[in-house]
Amino acid sequence: MSSVGVTSQTAGKGAARYAERQLRKDSSAGVGPDRRPRWLTYVVLGFTLVIAAFPLYYTFLLSSSDAPTIAQNPIPSLIPGGHFIENVSRVLGSDIKFWQSVGNSVIVAVVTSLSVVFFATLAGFAFAKLRFKGRRGLLVFVIATMAVPTQLGVVPLFILMSEIGWTGKLIAVIVPGMVTAFGVFWMTQYFEEALPAELIQAARVDGCSLFKTFWYVALPAAKPAAAMLALFTFVASWTNFFWPFIVLGSDNPTLPVALQLLQASYFKDYSLIMTGVTIATIPLILLFAFAGRQLVSGIMQGSVKG
Amino acid sequence: MAIITQDPRETGHTGFRERSAWRMRLSSWDAKFSPYAYVSPFFIIFGIVGLFPLAYTAYVSMHDWNLIGGKGDFVGFENFTTVLQQDLFWTGLRNTMSIFLLSSVPQIIIAMFLAAVLNANLRAKTFWRMGVLLPFVVAPVAVGLIFSKLFADQSGMINAVLDIVGVGPIRWHADVLASHVAIATMVDFRWTGYNTLILLAAMQAVPKDLFEQAVIDGAGRMRQFFSVTVPMIRPTVIFVVITSTIGGLQIFDEPRMFDQTGQGGADRQWMTATMYLYELGWGAQKSFGRASAVAWILFLIIIIIGIINFTLTRRIAATGAHTPRRKK
Repeated sequence: MSSVGVTSQTAGKGAARYAERQLRKDSSAGVGPDRRPRWLTYVVLGFTLVIAAFPLYYTFLLSSSDAPTIAQNPIPSLIPGGHFIENVSRVLGSDIKFWQSVGNSVIVAVVTSLSVVFFATLAGFAFAKLRFKGRRGLLVFVIATMAVPTQLGVVPLFILMSEIGWTGKLIAVIVPGMVTAFGVFWMTQYFEEALPAELIQAARVDGCSLFKTFWYVALPAAKPAAAMLALFTFVASWTNFFWPFIVLGSDNPTLPVALQLLQASYFKDYSLIMTGVTIATIPLILLFAFAGRQLVSGIMQGSVKG
Repeated sequence: MAIITQDPRETGHTGFRERSAWRMRLSSWDAKFSPYAYVSPFFIIFGIVGLFPLAYTAYVSMHDWNLIGGKGDFVGFENFTTVLQQDLFWTGLRNTMSIFLLSSVPQIIIAMFLAAVLNANLRAKTFWRMGVLLPFVVAPVAVGLIFSKLFADQSGMINAVLDIVGVGPIRWHADVLASHVAIATMVDFRWTGYNTLILLAAMQAVPKDLFEQAVIDGAGRMRQFFSVTVPMIRPTVIFVVITSTIGGLQIFDEPRMFDQTGQGGADRQWMTATMYLYELGWGAQKSFGRASAVAWILFLIIIIIGIINFTLTRRIAATGAHTPRRKK
């Protein structure tokens, strides 16, 4: 507590002792973020964790059950039933193209993530490390577009897609998401801090073209930030509903669209609907188990700078 | 970007000089034009899927325009006046606002609280942070399905639990306000943890000596929070409020999934403005003109509320900033 020492010099010993007592009384050690929390904190956090996780466990409970059991027990037994495998095969064998929707979601999420990472890294490299006329203005424009409610432009976008014959095709979902303002902003921030100008200069002196400099110097240096961006894009793409719902329709759905179809046709059988939810959610839960740490630090890093 | 130049006089052979001149020109073009090429993909995509549609929405909104029949006559502001006279439009707007307020106000408060709880020297820090973020990876559509069952009027778990503690069954789907509360719960389930982490990051950036000063000034924990933490993280709070406004006023997924028909209830008690937009364009009417009119009205409302939000949040946070006695 350096400032206690300062206080003893500037405000006398009494004030310093008082401050010290206050600091000690306030908590076992430290103030603000250094505070060692008491058990109550962990109770609050444990309670939060239950609220966050229970709906997911509830989903699994229903998807391992069957319709009559669910109808009889509004509060399900906390032990899973034995119908999960059977329910999965019923969902996959239903009228809804569920298998296809899984494949579609994988294709859209993977292609979108790769594309966003590539184009955002390229643009971020240019905005952070290259000098060109209008750079500042263009960057401000990119950031400003994040506040545009693009969802409200669906009508013309749909007209456009019908004109070029893309309705019902995955490309109609992939192309609009190929590069995002958030991604460009994110990579620009990263390059500004993490890529020394000397490295680029060295590559240029060695005769590298700008693109080679990007490819061999900037891209490898961008790996940590690019990985986080890929994660966020994957989650956003996997969970996206509004636009795929409008442009794809029931013949070629992604997972969220398939879930809506499942609900529309089998609304009486919650074991089936919840099995669909489980199938759609498990990949992201797995992703979260392996990369949740990165998601957490990604959100926290992004916000301090933003 | 520094352009690497080579003095041509230094090279002896004329042939080499020509070649090197050509290479120099290439390299200078590279430095001059490549940056634009690198940033252009964003502008092209945004132009096609962001700027053009918003502008063109205005054009479509001035015409009779059918999903199947295509463009019809120019009708001026007729679509706007028609839409504004529909009760359903106002119902949709009311529901959107109500759900937005019911979700965003508690969300900010809970997120602030959780961030303050997490902002301590915790054991297993990352574990708790991941815990609050877990719902973020669940698709809104999935959240909608899960909670529509939890909140079922007849056989829902929440009513069953309420029954045990002696509270009569709440008509989560049938009642207007109750349905809004249920949908707001879904929104908060998914987003509170995300915003908690954003606020937590801002709290951790507050200089520690400010807290030490506050303690010396005799501030308790509450006082520290409201007089030091809150004013210091003001920009982040504004950011969170604005992003949740933009998203919240376009809400579609959760209310769409709250029952199997997706109409927003028998009396449209939870039909939002975006659901109404969808219904106008792709439902029975198939009127792209009217759907576009709704889109533009909604667009203006979002901008206006965004501005109000910005000034309000700034003022509220600013009054807090003046209270702490800062000793320097």
